[in-house]
Amino acid sequence: MGKFHDRILAFVCAIGLIVAAAGLAHAGPYEDALEKFTTDEFSDTAEAVTEVATSGSPLAAPLIAALQNGQLQFSAKDKKVFIKTADDKLIDAATGRPAEVAAPDDLDTVRVNNRLRGVIEAANGALTLMAPDPNQRYESAQSVFKSRDAAVLPAVEKALEAEKVARVKTVLNEARAAILLAADDTSAPDRIAAIEIIRARGDQDSLALLQGLPADLPADVRAAANAAVTAIERNLAIWSTVQNLWYGLSLGSVLLLAAIGLAITFGVMGVINMAHGEMVMLGAYTTYVVQDVIRTSYPGLFDFSLAFALPLAFLVAAIVGIIIERTVIRFLYGRPLETLLATWGISLVLMQAVRAVFGPTNKEVGNPSWMSGAFDLGGILITYNRMWIIVFTGIVFVALLAMLRFTRLGLEMRAVTQNRQMAAAVGIRTARIDALTFGLGSGIAGIAGVALSQIDNVSPNLGQGYIIDSFMVVVFGGVGNLWGTLVGALTLGIANKFLEPFAGAVLAKIAILVFIILFIQKRPRGMFALKGRAIEA
Amino acid sequence: MFTSIQTAAQRPTARKWLSAAAGVALVAGAVQSASAQETIKVGVLHSLSGTMAISETTLKDTVLFMIDEQNKKGGVNGKKLEAVVVDPASNWPLFAEKARELIAKDKVAVVFGCWTSVSRKSVLPVFKELNSILFYPVQYEGEESERNVFYTGAAPNQQAIPAVDYLMSKEGGSVKRWVLAGTDYVYPRTTNKILEAYLKSKGVKQEDIMINYTPFGHSDWQTIVSDIKKFGSAGKKTGVVSTINGDANVPFYKELGNQGIKATDIPVVAFSVGEEELAGLDTKPLLGHLAAWNYFQSVKSAGNTEFIKKWQAFTKNPKRVTNDPMEATVIGFNMWVKAVEKVKSTDADKVIDALPGIEAANLTGGTSKMLPNHHITKPVFVGEIRGDGQLDVVWKTKGLVPGDAWTDFLPGSKDLDSDWVKLKCGNYNTVTKKCGGQAS
Repeated sequence: MGKFHDRILAFVCAIGLIVAAAGLAHAGPYEDALEKFTTDEFSDTAEAVTEVATSGSPLAAPLIAALQNGQLQFSAKDKKVFIKTADDKLIDAATGRPAEVAAPDDLDTVRVNNRLRGVIEAANGALTLMAPDPNQRYESAQSVFKSRDAAVLPAVEKALEAEKVARVKTVLNEARAAILLAADDTSAPDRIAAIEIIRARGDQDSLALLQGLPADLPADVRAAANAAVTAIERNLAIWSTVQNLWYGLSLGSVLLLAAIGLAITFGVMGVINMAHGEMVMLGAYTTYVVQDVIRTSYPGLFDFSLAFALPLAFLVAAIVGIIIERTVIRFLYGRPLETLLATWGISLVLMQAVRAVFGPTNKEVGNPSWMSGAFDLGGILITYNRMWIIVFTGIVFVALLAMLRFTRLGLEMRAVTQNRQMAAAVGIRTARIDALTFGLGSGIAGIAGVALSQIDNVSPNLGQGYIIDSFMVVVFGGVGNLWGTLVGALTLGIANKFLEPFAGAVLAKIAILVFIILFIQKRPRGMFALKGRAIEA
Repeated sequence: MFTSIQTAAQRPTARKWLSAAAGVALVAGAVQSASAQETIKVGVLHSLSGTMAISETTLKDTVLFMIDEQNKKGGVNGKKLEAVVVDPASNWPLFAEKARELIAKDKVAVVFGCWTSVSRKSVLPVFKELNSILFYPVQYEGEESERNVFYTGAAPNQQAIPAVDYLMSKEGGSVKRWVLAGTDYVYPRTTNKILEAYLKSKGVKQEDIMINYTPFGHSDWQTIVSDIKKFGSAGKKTGVVSTINGDANVPFYKELGNQGIKATDIPVVAFSVGEEELAGLDTKPLLGHLAAWNYFQSVKSAGNTEFIKKWQAFTKNPKRVTNDPMEATVIGFNMWVKAVEKVKSTDADKVIDALPGIEAANLTGGTSKMLPNHHITKPVFVGEIRGDGQLDVVWKTKGLVPGDAWTDFLPGSKDLDSDWVKLKCGNYNTVTKKCGGQAS
């Protein structure tokens, strides 16, 4: 009995499927549009997208999503369109079910260009305005705001009625206002109302929209638009100062991160280490190797790759640093010129070695998902990777200060720098402390490399770009003083970013260099000079 | 010294050894001179260390690959080719020194080399003085035509101007406002000068053009990217033309991606970013940004497919990419081989005279021709960056574009013409009818 029941059920299901398939197979606007995907012409594809989007077919949304993700395939010979799933299966776009025939041999991806991407985004925006996920609805409303396609207006108004989430509702309202403003047949009061809504939004896009309005508007609308533009511009000008400050902080933190290891080797030990940049580079390459291993063996752990890379980069750079100190630098203490030449030679050797092992091309180091993208804070855009680097620099700085202040190694390091003979006399093995201090400085450069791999390119030349800046920061801040390095890095970063908007990147850099030269003339020992006996040591 | 050898030679055993050694030395010398007669030496002058190694190492491999392929076919005029590779280490004066070494000491018949314009300018006097041949395979700013140099890369009218035309077209997004961003050196400055003059001739107003230069290896792009964003929100469609060079591109594109500038909002068309540069980047946020070149690895043609297959087998790396300067090297190499076979000699004067008019297949399915101004005809493609680091061709010129050494859009070079066949002059002034007019 049960078996019979199952059979009936299966039969009914089969009939249902056939009916559904027949219903879909019936040539409608959706099916007609599909054929246009197979011509491999951008203009045909654009038409097809618009037709599919307005066809009302339930298969439209997945089809357009597939096109956007480069998963839409076509066969010009069979005039058929398929969606390729992540596991390499083909779905017939006309029926929405797995393809029955074998894959045609002339299968090719439907190509997309920028104009098409605009069309797709607009179509997608209209299709997903009623999506269950509020974040998706928010994104759709934003893309409608940008596309301002008049055909979407009814959909926006329908979505507006149904919308419950406040922030989505705001954007929908703004999208509606943008469409009304762009349309030709909107009445003057409606336009003014729309301008007010856009004015309240107040970002760059709103400014673009208002400045792009046609010239032949009624006087009162024109006046409202002009007032809104002025208000938005004033608001944005204030935010741009805040933004410069943030950028300066971010540049300063990168400088600090690169220089802080040097503050130890150069500042505390007095070794002019030209290979410091290469320690940073080694750290970045360690990150690359770690990510490479994770990508091939444990893809799920990718977001934690930096956590693995940090201790490894520290170790690699520290060990290389200790080897350099033990084999080269310790014979050259007190001879700065020879140290400079020797370490410069080492830097060339390290660069060429990396080039020989990894090749001369850039290596791809990915950002973990929590370090990609940006968020809006008031009127400024804060990118996650910069933000985390600032946080990370702070942690490294505090940890280093604490280490020097509270650990035995830190105490011995300070003792050796302040008075080598006395330290040796009380039983500190100064040679060992020298090696460890140099290792610490190099190791910190290594973890700086992990952070820099997230914003800069990982190539053998990575370190070269930071060595001059690092010396600049340490000398400016005051040799032998970590706080000086902190203040120096942030001052230079912020000064650079305030100069850049009106002087240009090249002039800003020159101006900073000239400023430092003048400053050093006045205060040769930097901002925070060490006083007393430490200087002679 | 002499006496000690004599005394050693007087001892019987020592004498035997000495004569044996001398014999070996003689034989070795004979072998060496014999092989020197049988091979044609080809100089390779690309940086294998220093900042430019990232780009130039590939071209060294390309020349070695082409020599290998040619030798498999039996060499040229019955002689095998032999590569002489030197490393000028991204050091411009060293380029001149190494070029002199190649020509004077190693007696190479031809040199393939240089990437940056400054390295090319540095070796020019050497090639003129010693009368040798240089094939230069990289897109450059033009405003030059020398008797001893053959330019197989793109001149501005073969890359920059068609790319701008594309962005201005409806298909490219009808761009009305332009950001010209470049690294601060001769190629971007000259290219931007040409583009600015060109845009103005198309009716673009001064306030719709923003020009921005950054130092080499610039890594903090926050301010500039946000400036571009601001400039782009003036209500007109905005596009960025990037002549940013080398390593600075990676942080620039990362910042674009992070600040959410999508190609649909503000497209960026780059002249120095190809498959090789994209290999170091996660290209998903860059989807749709553009590059203009005369070759893309993704171009479908029989010649290209075969080339990629052989190249990947030669480098033993199935993922090794190809790029535009590589194709320019290949075209130049094939043209040189044809010219040498035509005149049955490697004599520089004869080859230089034979080269104009020589045709060689390019990898995109057409046939490039060496012109009397020592530039070649090439197709121009505009490609969009895909998610996998390759570029999709979205637009191409109808036919091949002949390279123009002297641009028509700068007042100083407008009247200059270059013709090494009839006029025997690289900078003939068509107004004063004199050779030796200067570009200003």
